[in-house]
Amino acid sequence: MLIQLTLNGKRLAAEAAPDKPLLEFLREQGCYSVKRGCETSNCGLCTVWLDGTPVLSCTVLAVRANGHSITTLEGLQKEAAEFGGFMADQGADQCGFCNPGFVMNVLAMERELENPTEAEIREYLAGNLCRCTGYASQLRAVQQYLAWKRGRNHEQAE
Amino acid sequence: MSKQNKDVSRGVRKVDSMALVTGQPVYTDDMAPKDCLIVKLLRSPHANAKITGIRTETAKRVPGIACVLTYADVPHIRYTHAGQTYPETSPYDRYILEDRVRFVGDAVAIVAGETEEAVDRALKLIQVDYQVLPAVLDFHTAKDNPILVHPEEDWLTHAPFTGADNRRNLLAHDECFDGDVEAVLQTCDEVIDQTYRVQAAQQVMMETFRTYCYKDPYGRLVMTSSTQVPFHVRRIISTALGIPKSKVRVIKPRIGGGFGAKQTVVSEPYPAIVTWLTGKPAKIVYSRYEAQTSGSPRHQMEMHVRLGAMRDGTIRGIYLHTLSDGGAYGEHSWATVGLSGHKSIPLYGGNCEAFRFDDDVVYTNHQASGAYRGFGATQGIFAVESAVNELSRRLGIDPTVIRSKNMVREGQTMPAYYNEPLTSCTLDRCMERCKEMADWEHKYPYRVLEDGTIRAVGVAMAMQGSGISGVDVGTVTLRVNDDGIYTLMVGCSDMGTGCDTILSQIAADCLDCDMSQITVHGVDTDVSPYDSGSYASSTTYVTGRAVVDTCAALEETIIREAARQMGCAPENLSFDWHTAVNLETGQQKSLGEIANDSQNAGNFLTATKSYSSPTSPTPFMVGIAEVDIDPETGKVTPVNYYGCIDCGTVINPNLARVQAEGGIVQAIGMTLYEDITQSETGKCYSNSLMQYKIPTRLDMGNIFIDFASSYEPTGPFGAKSIGELVIDTPAPAIAAAVAEACGQQFRILPIRPEQVCRVFHPHDL
Repeated sequence: MLIQLTLNGKRLAAEAAPDKPLLEFLREQGCYSVKRGCETSNCGLCTVWLDGTPVLSCTVLAVRANGHSITTLEGLQKEAAEFGGFMADQGADQCGFCNPGFVMNVLAMERELENPTEAEIREYLAGNLCRCTGYASQLRAVQQYLAWKRGRNHEQAE
Repeated sequence: MSKQNKDVSRGVRKVDSMALVTGQPVYTDDMAPKDCLIVKLLRSPHANAKITGIRTETAKRVPGIACVLTYADVPHIRYTHAGQTYPETSPYDRYILEDRVRFVGDAVAIVAGETEEAVDRALKLIQVDYQVLPAVLDFHTAKDNPILVHPEEDWLTHAPFTGADNRRNLLAHDECFDGDVEAVLQTCDEVIDQTYRVQAAQQVMMETFRTYCYKDPYGRLVMTSSTQVPFHVRRIISTALGIPKSKVRVIKPRIGGGFGAKQTVVSEPYPAIVTWLTGKPAKIVYSRYEAQTSGSPRHQMEMHVRLGAMRDGTIRGIYLHTLSDGGAYGEHSWATVGLSGHKSIPLYGGNCEAFRFDDDVVYTNHQASGAYRGFGATQGIFAVESAVNELSRRLGIDPTVIRSKNMVREGQTMPAYYNEPLTSCTLDRCMERCKEMADWEHKYPYRVLEDGTIRAVGVAMAMQGSGISGVDVGTVTLRVNDDGIYTLMVGCSDMGTGCDTILSQIAADCLDCDMSQITVHGVDTDVSPYDSGSYASSTTYVTGRAVVDTCAALEETIIREAARQMGCAPENLSFDWHTAVNLETGQQKSLGEIANDSQNAGNFLTATKSYSSPTSPTPFMVGIAEVDIDPETGKVTPVNYYGCIDCGTVINPNLARVQAEGGIVQAIGMTLYEDITQSETGKCYSNSLMQYKIPTRLDMGNIFIDFASSYEPTGPFGAKSIGELVIDTPAPAIAAAVAEACGQQFRILPIRPEQVCRVFHPHDL
């Protein structure tokens, strides 16, 4: 069926089979940052935003995006590079395959939680698996990024 | 190298970082042509069966299907999927497809079509008649079992010294010893005589196995694959397809993790034969289900240890027998089992008078085992370190003290480690530092928290190698381009660990230039210099040393060319990587000018050097686990993990630290829950990340890493390896902490809560 959505800020009309997962649909649209890591909604690699809220695109049908707004990392390049710089400075990017889904969720957390504690950060991001880093360097990167963001917001407020 | 290190020992960003963190399309499936045929496999539902009939006509008639291949359509050439240097120690025991299947998930047919829907439909329409045979599903009874996993006449090994014999279900048998261990054990005050088992486990790299292929304008097969071993893939595919090596080109893009899984040619043969036969581009992307059930997991091993010591804690003799489950095909079996002894027993070289190490690896009808970070050492170290912890409890001696008393020291020769001399070792300092980090003196052995939770500590040591001595080769080509910018061409696979960066750091220090002046290029078998691949913890040590040697060779080349250009003898020229000075005339010329003039003169500045080490220097680690044990539920929760590492000079502290943190968390999963389980008929239960849980960030506790660097004289800038070492200590250390808390040593991994609970409540369950 024909669906209409906003993808990374641009209006789009496209055909989508009723059983096509949003993940595959987005990759067909050239959003290659969206990765599949499992078939059971366990890994978080395919995280995108549906109307600004993180969802696992492997378990959302493309037709559900009809009339909604979808954001992938392709639509958040500036923020991805900002946070990604902190990842890179920790060596936390490693193989990089889980990075897009993880970054999507970090940026969502940054919007949703104010000054999250370490426990809250771990809880929020628990659904994003990573096999390379052991998570510790990711945590350091997130904390440094959030501190930097707070500092910058503070400067702007002044 | 007398200058201060500039980039070496600095935590620089990975050269590919920003592409990875911003989600650029740099992985295999991101780059596959859009008109690729989709390739999928029909897989066996039986653990051991003969295919007596297979009908594909209906499947072939599904619109969009390009081909359906069975054993009748592929070459019948025995080969191995093991990505090892030729001649491989793994037997040639596979066809691409065969009229026999040997585990649940073995390949039966290859289907390629224009859409996934068509391929899925066709897969369902293939009709197969199986003659189901009894299967070998218990590795204890596999050796000399009348049921043979590989009864075929054309089974072949290039390495008879491995002891492999398909008529006995035997993949390897070896015996080695130094001194008379039986005589020593007889005169010991205490002998720990126990059997330990480490389960099969999956690497679970986030990017599963995948490959795409096309034919180039010259009719050659071009393969882009997520692999650790591009040059071995070229050789193996040419063997399997029966085509010349010159017809195969392998390109390695960014890789979404490997951990050894991608040292085996798991996905490559299937799209390769489809493209070769149809001429069309083709790709295969393994599902997580397939990666879990038809991958290349860790060898399950059972280890019998007899460890003899005196009452004062002096360890005098170690006997080890390892039985390893190779599964249905023999990839990496001989090599892995060797490490279970050769990288565990030498840890106690301090006072050890004798050792004996025997091993057997058997074929079973399980998923074929392969390479997984640690590669047998992980299993052997769990056994030997657990035995030492049991000894410490029996003698009432602090386990850190017993280790310091017996550990191997720099300058010793290690009989159990191929008689190699120990040229660099700070294991003693690692122990002291790790105890200090963990506040061991106050925490050992345990304390009971207010809520009844028992917080206990346990310790373990580990060693690994740095490449395979005399076998692994790294080759590096350096080119000086216009204006003096460099291209660093390497053949080792950066699989996310950062070797492209590490090697650039080493080169930048040798060339005294900024890293931005160096473009690193790898890997394309048409272009890159030969490298045996990224495994056995070899890239930093082996290929890193090749970088150092290549830079030295390039310096000579540049000086010769500069002298020619400036009309003086090379010995009358000074060169500091920036400017050449003719010492006779005072004339100066920059590297850029020399490079440009050399191109115009037809003397392109380049150097190539290979390095292969006669030794495999051992990195060391001490790990201390601090865990909470809940006596009510038996749940074991990692609280803190402390690791102190001797990997020689740390080339990139950030990347080394992340290696350690990642390895520890991977091992926590293996210690507490990861397990490949199967039904009585050999069907794998652990077929998804729902069934096979890996640690999340809620499960890892806090990790503290420090380095006690030795200087390895043969390594680049004094470096040794780190990649595998870091997965070895958590299992024995956590098991020791649990034993301190509940009084029982768990000798089988994983340590499940219900088992721990049963110790505290023997009558309730």
